[in-house]
Amino acid sequence: MIFLFYMLSAIMIICALAVVFSKNPINNVIYLIVCFIAMAGHYILLNAQFLAVVHIIVYTGAIMVLFLFVIMLLNLNKAIILRKSKVTRITAVITGGIFFLVLVAATRQTFEIHPRYPFASDIGLLTQIGKVLFSEFLLPFEMSSILFISAMVGAIMFGKKDEH
Amino acid sequence: MDWTIIIFKTILLFIILVVTLVVALYSTYGERKVAAFMQDRRGPNRAGPFGLLQPFADGLKMLMKEEIIPLTANKRLFILGPSIAMTTALLTGVVIPWGGTFTIGGQEFSLQIADLNIGILYVFAMVSIGVYGIMIGGWASNNKYALLGAIRAASQMISYELAMGMSIVALVLTTGSLSLHDIVTQQHGGHWNIFYQPLGFLIFITCSFAETNRAPFDLPECETELIGGYHTEYSSMKLGFYLFAEYINMFISSAVITTLYFGGYNMPFMDQLGLSPNAVTLLGTAFFFLKIFGMIFLFMWIRWTLPRFRYDQLMNLGWKGLIPLSIFNIIATGVYYFFTELK
Repeated sequence: MIFLFYMLSAIMIICALAVVFSKNPINNVIYLIVCFIAMAGHYILLNAQFLAVVHIIVYTGAIMVLFLFVIMLLNLNKAIILRKSKVTRITAVITGGIFFLVLVAATRQTFEIHPRYPFASDIGLLTQIGKVLFSEFLLPFEMSSILFISAMVGAIMFGKKDEH
Repeated sequence: MDWTIIIFKTILLFIILVVTLVVALYSTYGERKVAAFMQDRRGPNRAGPFGLLQPFADGLKMLMKEEIIPLTANKRLFILGPSIAMTTALLTGVVIPWGGTFTIGGQEFSLQIADLNIGILYVFAMVSIGVYGIMIGGWASNNKYALLGAIRAASQMISYELAMGMSIVALVLTTGSLSLHDIVTQQHGGHWNIFYQPLGFLIFITCSFAETNRAPFDLPECETELIGGYHTEYSSMKLGFYLFAEYINMFISSAVITTLYFGGYNMPFMDQLGLSPNAVTLLGTAFFFLKIFGMIFLFMWIRWTLPRFRYDQLMNLGWKGLIPLSIFNIIATGVYYFFTELK
């Protein structure tokens, strides 16, 4: 188990770095896909099979296909080298550094939080997730579905041809 | 876990791998014979008796042909494409319950390699990764026909995955489980899901034709417009892998359809025969394969009967026909169960 954890983590980190450093957009997308699959592996290690599979179906199977789709259609075949002015670069480094600081501070806080429930190994299984989603977290769940519908309506509005 | 179970599962894994490959191999022969029958011809009859050795001759030909990778192609991705297509096609068979349980020396051995409690979703995950095989291969060829084929394949598969998933939601409402093992055991005694979900079945089977890229939805490799579609540039065994993956997908989809809607390894008079449980399991597996072959024949029958769809017709059918229908199916099933549970 420990070995699997380290292997998956190594794959994830290497692929995530490759996403950032690789210059070819198609390779970027493929590294990101591998990264997502490794992440699904982490879910399985945590005994959350449902999350793992939904993660693969939604992120790897749908969203990344659309990414790949757009990149293929735009034919971004050649490596892109971005040239930015010095001011932009310095600002980017500073904002990135500050963001990282906030991130570190936030994650430090989370370590002190004690879980509300004792750790249950079946929490990621289908029936458990269903029960929790439709009882305790019903309101946020329904809210997010309303958000999705509004996003869908918005997309259709944008995509609609102007008839006037 | 027990060592005997691990050894048993490993052996089962190899058996299923070999069976899948052999069935896929002979599906190519079957397809040609069915096509010949439909068109009043004889079909392959030179290699061996009734042309039975034809698939091996074809396989040998594929292996012996010259391996060509186009100069302008992206070499790594060009090789990755068929590998993904083949791997994902073979991985799906793991969750299908190929039979009941054997009892040897007081220990039970299930003929299903992994009984995941999300079984059917696992199949969907593998199908959705399978899209990459076609997309990456088509793009890496650096050929506009291949790219067009790849893009068609991807958009077609994404569109039909939605309707397919929603037809499964209605099925899950009736069975109350995502595990393929539970779905099969619930259909014991003739309670096949096709009688409860006829509309869902029609949607599901239409979508599986689209997912396996078979006629009438074989637009990704439509010869008359796109030469060969996504595998235009492929030769030798890499082309063989793509073609073979299609037949494996057809076999696995037939197995999934049988498992979901036709009772899997259940057969009529299963309990009345008075045979020992092990014999019933064996017979059940044989019956399961019989149903699968029937389903494969349906796939071929439709391929050689219906003309190919036009691209806009395909998209209209998917988005404006099948998705609203499957939503209606979910609502109807939900309402039915709501009122029957109330009693």
